Amino acid sequence: MNNASPFLETETASRVTVTFAGAPLDLPLGANLAAALLTAGVGAFRQTPVSGAPRGPFCMMGACFDCLVEIDGVARQACMTEVTAGLQIDRPHEGDHDAG
Amino acid sequence: MTRVDLAIIGAGPAGMAAAALAARQGLRVTLLDEQPRAGGQIYRDVDRAAALRGDLLGPDYTHGATLTAALKHSGVDHVSGAVVWAIEEGFALSYTKDGRGAQVMADRVLLATGAIERPMPLPGWTLPGVMTAGAGQILLKQSGVLARRAVLVGTGPLLYLTAAQMLRAGTPPLALVETATRSDLLGAMRHLGGALRGWRYLLKGLGLLAELKRGGVKRHVGATGLAIEGLARAEALSFSAGGKSHRIACDTVYLHHGVVPNVQAARSLGIAHDWNAAQACFLPRLDIWGQSDVPGIYVAGDSAGIGGAKVAEEAGRLAALHVAQAAGRITQTELDRQAAPLRATLARERAVRPFLDRAYPPCPEALAPADATLICRCEEVTAGDIRNYASLGCVGPNQAKAFGRAGMGPCQGRYCGLTVTALLAEANGQTPDATGYYRVRAPLKPVTLGELAQMDQTAQDAAE
Ligand SMILES: Cc1cc2nc3c(=O)[nH]c(=O)nc-3n(C[C@H](O)[C@H](O)[C@H](O)COP(=O)(O)OP(=O)(O)OC[C@H]3O[C@@H](n4cnc5c(N)ncnc54)[C@H](O)[C@@H]3O)c2cc1C
Ligand code: FES
Repeated sequence: MNNASPFLETETASRVTVTFAGAPLDLPLGANLAAALLTAGVGAFRQTPVSGAPRGPFCMMGACFDCLVEIDGVARQACMTEVTAGLQIDRPHEGDHDAG
Repeated sequence: MTRVDLAIIGAGPAGMAAAALAARQGLRVTLLDEQPRAGGQIYRDVDRAAALRGDLLGPDYTHGATLTAALKHSGVDHVSGAVVWAIEEGFALSYTKDGRGAQVMADRVLLATGAIERPMPLPGWTLPGVMTAGAGQILLKQSGVLARRAVLVGTGPLLYLTAAQMLRAGTPPLALVETATRSDLLGAMRHLGGALRGWRYLLKGLGLLAELKRGGVKRHVGATGLAIEGLARAEALSFSAGGKSHRIACDTVYLHHGVVPNVQAARSLGIAHDWNAAQACFLPRLDIWGQSDVPGIYVAGDSAGIGGAKVAEEAGRLAALHVAQAAGRITQTELDRQAAPLRATLARERAVRPFLDRAYPPCPEALAPADATLICRCEEVTAGDIRNYASLGCVGPNQAKAFGRAGMGPCQGRYCGLTVTALLAEANGQTPDATGYYRVRAPLKPVTLGELAQMDQTAQDAAE
């Protein structure tokens, strides 16, 4: 449990190691990635290409795209992704979001 | 390639009920949903979460398990984790699952894509830590994750419900800040009429409020001048209520002022839409079976107009029956016979909407945001920018794209479309119908080249 996080976790699941922006994180296996990152204390997932403003999950239902992260070089909605072992998660590269 | 009698997009109450009934009538049905498990928004992850926290979420939530159970035994091909990004003539539905593109052909299509929360552009609403109340509820339902220090802002039954669920889970919100006023509620009571169901809704809402009060949740009504403060993330909510200014320090702000149909799929098919003043949104134009002006395309559930879960369920069944009749599986007489009880439930459930629409009107400050407020989250366009486009002669949302990038980011206008229509309509003194809405084109969600390549490969393999 991460006390620094604004979010509290109530389920226990076995943990796997992933990296976010290069740093290792232990997240619950099979969890919703956006929920897991929030609970781990990650608030800002990305920066907007326009002004560089920080953004994090807003809708949790795949509609707003504010939770975009990059996994294996592909922009993905964290709220529509499940945690698996060894995920290498990065902040999306500027401008990539509207390439797809 | 598979060809089915009916393809359904969305495994919420509308899609699940329609799929199970259509299959029972002997139709070949494919049900596609981008979520990993059936349930839709209200019953999100019900098969897993009901056992873990059904008591917190309440009986309205656990009811969903009856629908998922019926679906499981129906013989419907339920493809979960399938993001549908194009619906073309004929009909060909293209979707992505596990990084691979795929297609299914269907004689008829039911769009049961549900609702999204009404965009609530307030100063600071793009800061990390600001989410929709539905998002907060999804965190709880699906993941068992709770915000430690949250303020709930806005109006509507879903706001009360989320607050009560957080309270039951042991992390009550710091405050419930309502934008509706007491006179909204009093005025709405006139619309209850003799409808018993309406009174039940009212009592349910009052019951939740009493529960929150007992739990010590501070409540403010008629809040105005709302702003979320913070530099890198949400730090406080400030507002005025009861003649005083307030500032509540918090980590999380959950916004909500109603839900509106998710029209992306219907719009991409060119289905006609009309403005609905009572719900302050566009609704697809449908016949009494839910069929649109594109023959063979049906819409049911909240994507057809906000009616809630029970309406979604019965409207889904009604569309399924009509498809069964059109496909020659049942006679007109049988159709009418089976439809009658569904229509009766629909009429009863819909009778409470006028009350709900008036008791919980959208927040005026978010419907007509201040000039400096961002209205397009993706491309960071402000309300002032849109008003400025209007003064330069911009009359409609599609034209606005020539002036700036509103609606051209990855969310494709989902969270700015209604605001842009409202701002242009107001500035030009035109109706929302005359102002129109964004033209929505496939892909409904971004597709990668890798996913497309996989799709061609699958098609080739199938042809060989
Ligand atoms: C976040 C949220 C929370 C809500 N919570 C409640 C609640 O607790 N209680 C309540 O009474 N009402 C709630 N509602 C209102 C809700 O809209 C209705 O109660 C009900 O869920 C509507 O059912 P439906 O079948 O029309 O759509 P939904 O239940 O919304 O189901 C639609 C489904 O379509 C899928 N979908 C959409 N587009 C695509 C696509 N392109 N490809 C693949 N799949 C797609 C979605 O993943 C979703 O599962 C909520 C609404 C929202 C938006
Ligand atoms: S949080 Fe909105 S798309 Fe993921």
